Parts: sequence; C-alpha cells; structure tokens
Amino acid sequence: MKSTHFALTSAALLLALYASSALAQDAKGIVIYNAQHESLTNEWAEAFTKETGIKVTIRKGSDTEFGNQIVAEGKLSPADVFLTENSPAMALVDNAGLFAPVDADTLAQVPEEFRPANGHWTGIAARSTVFAYDKTKLTADKLPKSLLDLAGPSWKGRWAASPSGADFQAIVGALLELKGEAATVEWLKGMKANFTAYRGNSTAMKAVNAGEVDGAVIYHYYYYGDQAKTGENSKNVSLHLFKNQDPGAFVSISGGGVLASSKHPKEAQAFLKWITGKTGQGILRTGTSFEYAVGTGDESNPELTPLKDLQAPKVEASKLDSKKVSELMTAAGLL
Amino acid sequence: MTPSSAEYHPSRPSTPAAAWSRLLPTSWIAVAAVLVSLFALLPLGFIIWVAIQTGWTSVAQLVFRPRVGELLVNTLSLVILVVPITALLSVALAWLTERSDLPGARFWSGLSVAPLAVPAFVHSYAWITLFPSMHGLFAGVLISVIAYFPFIYLPVAATLRRLDPALEDAAASLGNTPWRVFLRVVLPQLKLAVLGGALLVGLHLLAEYGLYVFIRFDTFTTAIVDQFQSTFNGPAANMLAGVLVVCCLVLLALEAMLRGGERYARVGSGAARTAVRTSLGRATVPCLALPLITASLALGVPFLTVGRWLVAGGAGVWNLDVISLALWQTLVLALGGALLTVAIAIPMAWLSIRRPGPLPRLLESCNYIVGSLPGVVIALALVTVTVRVAMPLYQTVATILAAYALMFLPRALVSLRASIAQAPVELEQAAGSLGRSPLRALWSTTVRLSAPGAAAGIALVGLGITNELTATQMLAPNGTRTLAMAFWAMSNELDYAAAAPYALIMVVMSLPLTWLLYVQSRRMAGR
Repeated sequence: MKSTHFALTSAALLLALYASSALAQDAKGIVIYNAQHESLTNEWAEAFTKETGIKVTIRKGSDTEFGNQIVAEGKLSPADVFLTENSPAMALVDNAGLFAPVDADTLAQVPEEFRPANGHWTGIAARSTVFAYDKTKLTADKLPKSLLDLAGPSWKGRWAASPSGADFQAIVGALLELKGEAATVEWLKGMKANFTAYRGNSTAMKAVNAGEVDGAVIYHYYYYGDQAKTGENSKNVSLHLFKNQDPGAFVSISGGGVLASSKHPKEAQAFLKWITGKTGQGILRTGTSFEYAVGTGDESNPELTPLKDLQAPKVEASKLDSKKVSELMTAAGLL
Repeated sequence: MTPSSAEYHPSRPSTPAAAWSRLLPTSWIAVAAVLVSLFALLPLGFIIWVAIQTGWTSVAQLVFRPRVGELLVNTLSLVILVVPITALLSVALAWLTERSDLPGARFWSGLSVAPLAVPAFVHSYAWITLFPSMHGLFAGVLISVIAYFPFIYLPVAATLRRLDPALEDAAASLGNTPWRVFLRVVLPQLKLAVLGGALLVGLHLLAEYGLYVFIRFDTFTTAIVDQFQSTFNGPAANMLAGVLVVCCLVLLALEAMLRGGERYARVGSGAARTAVRTSLGRATVPCLALPLITASLALGVPFLTVGRWLVAGGAGVWNLDVISLALWQTLVLALGGALLTVAIAIPMAWLSIRRPGPLPRLLESCNYIVGSLPGVVIALALVTVTVRVAMPLYQTVATILAAYALMFLPRALVSLRASIAQAPVELEQAAGSLGRSPLRALWSTTVRLSAPGAAAGIALVGLGITNELTATQMLAPNGTRTLAMAFWAMSNELDYAAAAPYALIMVVMSLPLTWLLYVQSRRMAGR
C-alpha cells in the first residue's frame, strides 16, 4: 500500500514539474505582451533570437486588454516589453508611469513624428485608415468624402467595422482628439444606426468582398496581405483613401516600450532597438505584414501608397484616450 | 441513499478513543469537502464583491442600458429556440434508434453521439467556411442544435433502453392508441433525462464563445470577452458577468422546479423485459431521413470542410514543431486539470454517499452551481483575485488548473458518486477492524473500488479542458498555446487552412473519450 501511495504522489509531483517546465516561460529570456499581429512579432522574435541568442516568450492579446492588464499588474508585471498595434494603449501604460525611458540610440532611429515627446515609448510601425469598398457596386463619385459622412442617413445599413477591436477604437480616439467629445458622441450614434458589426478587420473586408456591405472602415494592410496570398477575400475590393487631413485619413502608430518593472531591462531595450533598426524595419518592407516602416530612412513596401502622400491629420499619439473611447462606445451601445 | 449507509453507526462508540478514530475520516473529509466548496464559491463571491465595490448607481448604469437589453434578447432567443428543438430532435432520434426497427439502429445511435467529439467552435468554423455569409440568430440556432443535441440524446436513449415495457402494454390493453401510449406513458418517463440534458444544453448556450463569434451573433459571453479585450477586468465586463450568472441560476432553478418529485423506478419483482421494437413498415424510408440528415449536418459538414482545408493547405500547414508543442501543452493541461479535479471531488462525492444529510447536500449544490458558470466568468474572477491579492499565483499553471477544477467539478462528482455508491461500506469497516488507520482503510477499499468512476471522471474533465478556449486564453501562463488557442488564432486571421490541423487533432483526441461516454451510457442501461 505504501508503495502505491508513494508512486501516486511522485507521479503527481512529476506531472506538476513537467507541467511547469512545459508551459512556463524561459527564465532567462524576455516576455513580450504582444498585441501586434502574431506573424509579424514571431518573425521579429525568431530573427532577434537567432542574432542575439536572447530567448523571447510571447503572450498574445489585444492593445487595451494588455494596457489595462499591465496597469492592474503594476510593478509585478511579468512583461518586459509591450508591443501594440495602436498608440492609445501605450498612452494608457505611460500615464500610469510604468514605462522605462527608451534608450537614446533607439529613439535616434525613429523620427520625432512617430514617437511621443517624452521618449517613454517609440513607434515601431504604422498603419493607415482606409475605406475598403466593393468596386463592383460603388464608383468614385459615390464614395464618402469624409469619415463623418458615414454617420449620415444615406449610409444606413451599408458599411461595416470591427468596433470591439483596438484598431477601430484608435480611429475613434483620433476622431475624439480632432473633433471633440460632442461630435464624436453624435457620430457614434449615427454609426450604431448605420453600420454592421464584424469581429476583426479581415472579417469586415471579407464581408465587403462577398457583397454583404458596400464598404468597411479598416486599416490598409489587410487588403495587401490578402492580395499577396490568394486574394480570395479581396478580389472585389478596392481601397479609398480619405486624405485631406480627414479623421478617416488617420495614421495610427504601433508602439513599443520597455516596462520599468522589467527584470531584464538590457535585453528588453536591445529588442526594441533591434526592431526599430535596419533589420527589424526591413522585415516590414519585405515581409507579409504590409505595415508601414517608421525608422529613419527605412522604406515601406513599394506596393503601398507612401506615408507622406496620405495627407494624414496631425494627431498627438500620446493624447489618444482609450478609456474615454471605450466609455463613449459602451454608452453608444457599440461594446 | 444506499441501504448500507444506515448500517454504519458512528454514534455508538465503545470507548472515546475508538469514537474519535471512527469519526476521524469523516471529519477530515468533511473539512476537505467544505474547503473545496468554499473555493468553488469564489467566482460567485467575486461577482457580489465587485457589485458592492462598483456601487449601485454605476451598477445600474452598466446593467440597465440598451446594449444589455440586446444581449439579453439574443441570449434568451437562443435558449428558447434551441432547447425545445434539440429536445424534439433528440427524443425522435432516441426513439428511432432504441425502440423502432430502423435499419442500422446501432450505427445511427453511434452517429448521434459522435458530434460531441467535434468542439462547438469547430462546428461553427465548418459552416462559416462553407457558407461565408451565415450569421445571426438562424445560424446560431442551426449550429447550436447540431453541436449540442447529443447532450439530450445520450440520457434519453439510455432511459428509453431501460424502460419497463409492461407499463406500455398495460396502457395499450386499456385501449390507448400507440401515439397516446407514447405521449402519456413513455414521454413522462423521459422527463428527467430530457430536463437534465436540456439544462446542459442551456448552460452551454450561455457559456459558448467561439461558436457565436464566427457567425457574428452577440451573446453575454461574447460581449464579456469583447469588454475584457478592451478593458481587461473593467467594471462593464464584471457587470455583464453578473447578469450572465443570474441567467445561469434561473436555468438551474427552472430545471429543479420542472423536475418535480414523481417516482420513476419500476415496482414489482423480477427483471424488466426488453421492449419489442416497433415495426416502422412503410415509414422506414422517411424515418431513415432524420438520422441521415442529422448526421450529415452534424458530422458530414465538419469532416468535409476540415478535410477540404487540409487538402487545400497541403503539407505546408503541418508545422510539426509548433503543432506538437501545442499538442503536448494541451495534454499536460488536460491531464493535470483532470487529475486535480477528480482528486478534490473525492471528499465531496464520498460525503454525499456515505453521510447524506442537509449539509453535504448544500455543499454539493455549491459545486454544481459553480460548474454551471461559463468559463469566462470564472476566468474573470481568478484573473482579478490573483492580480490584486495573490500575485505569486498570477499566470501560473496552478491558477489555470484551479479554473478548470471549478468549471468541471460537476463532471467529476457525477462520475465518482456513481461508483462510490457501488462500493460496499462494509469493506471500509472490515479494513478498519483489521487495524488500518481510517484514511488508509478508505484508501484501500472505497477509493480503489471507485477507480472506474474516477477514470470516467478524468476522461470527461479532460475532454472539457481539451476544447476549452476562453478561460485558457485569459489565465494561461505566458508562452502557452493550446490546440484550441492555436486554432482560434489561425481562424481569426482567416487562415482556415492553417487552422484545420488543429481542428483535426482536437476531434481525433475527443473521439475515444466520446466513445467511452457512449459505451458507458449503454452499460448503465445494462445492454
């Protein structure tokens, strides 16, 4: 009997050991809270580890989920690096004072327009808002002149978006920053009446392609990514750029930062420097992400409309208020 | 409960020391059971605590708003439509496969259980890639019915197999038509099985996430995850969770109310005869259509689509390093979680069989109530509690296993109870009188005899964990990527081909467990 008991106990212990070794992160490497596209961060992490030998463990989530999570975790956060698709979540963590200043030579690699003045985090990539439309249904003269037009009655039931995603919430954040709260509340009301909710930008684009809606407010790279693969979800789709400093021409900056609580600050800073450097930004140009490169002198993929031609509105990335946005969207019944 | 439990008199000690040693296992086990039950109440306590912390005005603001109304309408319509349709379909299928001379009845009966091996979100994935514009309530009802009907089919078929045909004969001899016999004699006897299954279906409808995201049908669970993804553990998410908990409790109460207290056991000596199967005659061909259509919707569609994506993806989607890591992590979590859940269910199960009474019954119902809560609610509670007061446990294997234990305790309890009830208490007493210490006596008799029940419990819990998505995503340690998580990440990027291998592996892993369930339900009926 004793032996059975012993065997069982040791089996349980062994299992617990196995479990922790199988699931836990590498104690020596860095932990990234990654809200960026998994494929892009994986590409970055693999090349970085190959070059430096520093192990990288990735946790997948979304921008503001992680932003709020890091705030809730406070000084005990297991994360070393935080990567987002948009700026509001970076501002959230920065306002809580949880970022360590980014190394000067990293900041030197990124032009000022793509990072906050205080240097607590930096832009790592950028994406542009577009109106993806069904080119078999709409001609140039029937396209909306401004993002604001989409709240009008003529667009009722005709467009899509992914309101639960951080991407769209960043666009609303820009609208809030550019036009103020009253106009934003009004626009969200019109949106609720007019739009169809999809989960995820690629799903929204797919709906446009399938003729379920006339257009969708998404980011540019979903289209290019699909075209580069099979094009089966975008063959009827064309992109409309709002330009003219319209809120709909908003260029969103993806951010990267090192947590002040990081136990591996040197490795974490090295990672940030690496992805904003030549090799990291080069992956944006040659890889399948189709996001804009932001490093000084780094070209984006030649298929994209150049960043400078987008006529994006000037929005201070560090001022985008994710908390207010989710409150307004919750109040409008969009969340 | 069992006649034998009455023969054991702990209140008749010869000496105080003997009394103590006899009470010892009971008190130890009772303490363990109370601890487990208190732990099980954690998510409920959490919701109440958050509601108090948030304050009534904010709670009212977050709960009484149009969006919550929309979600309530969606969620309720789903329950109101799916549960009756599922019940009808299951009873019809069960009758055809158990009580009629349908050709290949055994085969169809297996096929009616098999959809359980396909995770609900894989069902949805299959349909959405076949008909990309499927969405809304209709799609929700269709996919829910085919994903969940085995939950009612299984107990109804088992009950039908066991019914004493003498009652039906008596009713027929009194001049009732076959239809009337079915409606007035057979159907009432199926009530418990239908209600139990319907409760399970209802709870799954409330808890499921992936299925409804694919078809863009918002329920409380999807809205809570949306809120979590934008605010982590913000008050809006917690309040939605509160409303969802109330929905679950209403379902539980409704089932308890409808169950009633009628007697269902047969009276009389001897064994019941095996019922004669009704001849379908010329109705055979139309009757065959029902299991055929059900099986092609519930099994044909997922297998065809997964197969199609596997072919389309070719060898490129089999990234063996990544897939085998996900498989390994899933196995570790499933096995670890299942062992833990069954282990902590033992005291409760033992107590409810050996010392039945009001307290054990109360403790046991705590476990069942928490088991009925959606994974997203339990995960939300554990995330908040660990991040605020138990940081060393945050994002650890221990926490995720604890979440699994909370979610799947009832599965373990049900399996254990049945087999502990079959272990004679006299063996425990004999072992004690031969000089074993009380706990050791328990271990060498009842615990070992209930091994088959424990094994079934481990299988059931393991099956649940393998296909769990929401709680795993919220709680798992950094770097964890289970099969379900990988499947979900791939299909979210519309990379349906890359998701297909994960779907296939989950189904293949679930098949033996589903088979076990099927065999067990037949054995319970004695045939």
